[in-house]
Amino acid sequence: MALRELSSLEKYLELKKPNKYSTQGDKKVPVLQNNNGAPLVGLVTIARHLVKEAKRTELLGDSAESRAVVHQWLEYRVTRLNGCTKDDIKTILKELNLYLQDKSYLAENQLTLADILMYYGIQPLIVDLAVQEKEQYVNVTRWFDHMQHYPGVRRHLPPVVVLRNRIYTGRHH
Amino acid sequence: MKLFVSEGNPHCLKVLAALEVTGAPCDVQYVNHDETVVPFLSRPALPALLLPSGLHLFSPNAICQYLFEVKGQESSDLCSQWLEWEATDLQPALLQALHMAVLQGKASNLPKFLQGPLNYLDQGLSKRDTTYLTGEAVSLADVVLWAALYPVLSEPSLALGEGKSVKAWFGRVAATHGFQSAAQKVLQGKGLQGMKSYMQRQPSRQSSQCRDTQPCNSSPAECEEGERVVSEEEMQAAALTWSKGLNTCPVITDRQHPILPQEGKRNILLTSALPYVNNVPHLGNIIGCVLSADVFSRYGRLRGWNLLFVCGTDEYGTATENKAREEGLTPQQICDKYHAVHACIYEWFQIDFDFFGRTTTEKQTEIAQNIFWRLHKHGFLVEDTVEQLRCESCQRFLADRFVEGTCPHCSYPEARGDQCDKCGRLINAVELREPQCKVCRQTPVVRSSKHLFLDLPKLEPQLEQWLDRSTSTGDWTANAKQITRSWLRDGLKPRCITRDLKWGTPVPHPDFKEKVFYVWFDAPIGYLSITANYTDQWEKWWKNPSQVELYNFMAKDNVPFHSVVFPCSLLGAQDNYTLVSHLVATEYLNYEDTKFSKSRGVGVFGDMAKDTGIPSDVWRFYLLYVRPEGQDSAFSWADMATKNNSELLNNLGNFINRAGMFVTKFFEGCVPPMELQQEDKKLLALVSWELQQYIQLMDKVKIRDALKHILNISRHGNQYIQVNEPWKKIKGGDAERQRAGTVTGVSVNIACLLSGMLLPYMPTVSQTIRDQLNAPQSCHNAMFEGTGTFVCTLRAGHRIGTVSPLFQKLEVDQIEALKKRFGGQQMTAQSAASTPPAAVPAPAAPADEVAMVNAVDPEKAKQLTQAVTEQGEKVRALKAQKAEKAVVTAEVAKLLDLKKQLAAAEGKNTEPAPQKNKKK
Repeated sequence: MALRELSSLEKYLELKKPNKYSTQGDKKVPVLQNNNGAPLVGLVTIARHLVKEAKRTELLGDSAESRAVVHQWLEYRVTRLNGCTKDDIKTILKELNLYLQDKSYLAENQLTLADILMYYGIQPLIVDLAVQEKEQYVNVTRWFDHMQHYPGVRRHLPPVVVLRNRIYTGRHH
Repeated sequence: MKLFVSEGNPHCLKVLAALEVTGAPCDVQYVNHDETVVPFLSRPALPALLLPSGLHLFSPNAICQYLFEVKGQESSDLCSQWLEWEATDLQPALLQALHMAVLQGKASNLPKFLQGPLNYLDQGLSKRDTTYLTGEAVSLADVVLWAALYPVLSEPSLALGEGKSVKAWFGRVAATHGFQSAAQKVLQGKGLQGMKSYMQRQPSRQSSQCRDTQPCNSSPAECEEGERVVSEEEMQAAALTWSKGLNTCPVITDRQHPILPQEGKRNILLTSALPYVNNVPHLGNIIGCVLSADVFSRYGRLRGWNLLFVCGTDEYGTATENKAREEGLTPQQICDKYHAVHACIYEWFQIDFDFFGRTTTEKQTEIAQNIFWRLHKHGFLVEDTVEQLRCESCQRFLADRFVEGTCPHCSYPEARGDQCDKCGRLINAVELREPQCKVCRQTPVVRSSKHLFLDLPKLEPQLEQWLDRSTSTGDWTANAKQITRSWLRDGLKPRCITRDLKWGTPVPHPDFKEKVFYVWFDAPIGYLSITANYTDQWEKWWKNPSQVELYNFMAKDNVPFHSVVFPCSLLGAQDNYTLVSHLVATEYLNYEDTKFSKSRGVGVFGDMAKDTGIPSDVWRFYLLYVRPEGQDSAFSWADMATKNNSELLNNLGNFINRAGMFVTKFFEGCVPPMELQQEDKKLLALVSWELQQYIQLMDKVKIRDALKHILNISRHGNQYIQVNEPWKKIKGGDAERQRAGTVTGVSVNIACLLSGMLLPYMPTVSQTIRDQLNAPQSCHNAMFEGTGTFVCTLRAGHRIGTVSPLFQKLEVDQIEALKKRFGGQQMTAQSAASTPPAAVPAPAAPADEVAMVNAVDPEKAKQLTQAVTEQGEKVRALKAQKAEKAVVTAEVAKLLDLKKQLAAAEGKNTEPAPQKNKKK
């Protein structure tokens, strides 16, 4: 999964030639073989490296403050979303839902790497939600729908239908 | 900038050390472990940094990074890598290790958890041969890792056997100015014990379970509570009740029509919103009113209440006239035709009305006109003139939907009488330029027409007084109360009760002949007239508020008419009418991820349900399982199959079938003698508790929540059988055989109880179980007495009938076929996402075809994604094994084909165009 995320990220960043990745360990942690130095290990580490390579450092945050916020949500992504249990999912959605109550993006008022990787990571969770749960976590759903429609982000993931239509189209009263 | 930390929390050491090394200016505040600092997190998280912007950082590593950056030190890739490793690998190991060492006192187990990470760190250090992790100075990575490892590495007694490089590095970092005092602040020199109170609050995570991939439709049964603790008294009480048996229970009597209120009984009049006649009801309509009302009325009869359940079709109004014109029939013929359709659907769904009537009857005219005259007499009607379009050639006033013209705002030529599809503005029909009658295409003229209005403002004080009483004593759903409150808050205005139509109840006033009653005024009176058609003594129900409780069932869009407008009509009539005591409104049911749509053929409509081959009881079960109670919910085919297979087949059906089969196979069809042991009594207590919960919830019309407790009982039962293994014990000695008998006897009695609890939900299945168990008819009423009593109804020696399975599995392909057939997947995100018809002035059909062609199929895409991944791995494996070229080529071709299919399913072109161009 992580490798697919990285290749989608490469495309989003419009990096010309795709990198070669391998994985290590049971958890299939991605590894980037670097020609001019030691290999880089870990999804977040490699993703940050790619962003720098593409000279798109605004995706890591525009200020010290937002860089820290981006870091925090990237960490949240790899520590909390990977291999989470059913109860964890509820907690994660609840927390994000509260956090996103007054926000369009995870950090600042623009797209950052945190949004992209969080979207890739949370997609399998959202796919499994029933309509009423999507409505329960309305802020997450709104943010999620925004991400999957953000130009160039969705890539390898199929779209998840997010709808809030209602039935009972009103009677003749 | 303010930093919140707590004592004894090892994470706080990171940030305090970072403060020391960076010297960043920051307030530090010590708080308790449980203090909630970060508002959006579910558990208290410390340390936390309040940023100048008001945002909170709750990750210790992010806080450290921020402190370093404020001092101008940016982190490198290598640094970032160590931080990521620390968070994903080291921390989980540390948490487990500290849990062992601090809380369980098993410090000797530490190496087991920490060996791996410490070796990794040692290799990393020795490979690079720098003083610190990333270079020659203490960096962010050093601070974070040192602090993380401090509790275990600073403890000489632990002897973790860490490598030389780690040892040396740890010592060097520890010597950094201020680090020792930071450590002292956090652990206070108490070592591991200093973290005890912190660790006690951490959730222990033994194994990293994988998440369940089942879709989690927030269902009643899935939110299971932990095992309830059963007290000794509860067990004794349950055993005592059980032993009473059926001796004390009253004899039930069959329903005798006409049902009339009786002195000294709980008299309940129950109505379900009148479905509009010319629409075929869809699943949402069915669960919203008739099915919910049916479950409650069946339950009420089991409870021994004296209950009358009436409903009928609402038949007057423009829509019927319109439909009649379309089909070339008279309105009455249309009503006759569709009334039969409705009746047939409800019969298939086993809706057990005492009477299913209609509004186009003489009684309706009589009662509506009577109420009208009384309102008139008491001065609650006012006159006003309204400007309306009239078509001279058709000889009638035109309802909004019968006019078309040019929009006065945007000049769109096909604006409707109420709204413009182009600019979306609401229009008053008389404002349209060049209006046309939609029927004859002639130009209508503006005429003023006199109408009568119900003076709601004048009735408001009476209404509020009554509402206060009814909502505080009755069971009104939260949405019903809220919608009603918002209507009153906005202030009531006079409402027009007359219309220039033909198809309606005639207004009897000579100044308003040629007019009929507006359907909102007329339709609720249908409840009264339908009852009057059922019995001449209808007034015993409807003019008897002291003896009768009135329950109204409906979907939430109907609330204001039942809580404000209709009560005003009845209050104003001043004729001692029975007003609603309990208003039960559901939220909306969606279909898959969209809404039901007759015109697009999306969704399941009442007349199609029976063609699916799925039994009516299973439909009822699933609709009630996802009943939009308290929140909107959705019908989903996949979920229906899952619930059928997991809940009905594997849980409920399995238990009842096993219980019966044991009696048949091991005891020649006769219930064996039962010697209750402690374990059996505990089960009886658990089952009694579930039964009591069920009754409490049903009394409050929490139909969906109550269903959960039925399923809990069969879950308890399955577990009980599983633990006691009667199929093994039956082959043992006398004592064991007797035990098998007790377990079987108790189980089959629980099955009998379940048949009763299921009756409101699945009447046919309930009857089948009773037949299979040959259970006495009176058994249910005994169980539903008072707060619920679980008695032994099938005594030792009772002979049961023939047992057979109750449910069938719903197969994946069967469900997929149904899903396709009912259009659940022809909807694409684009076409369904509320594209306003404004954007597509063309007729709807072509738009739907477009949607079909570009159909995005997420379900299929998901499967294909999986297939592509697997095939990709296969190809890589072959290449790695240096397989024959032809074999590899063939597999690659397969892979490419799969990818193509995937792209199609995702609605992409095979060659994806650069998404950048697709600006919104």
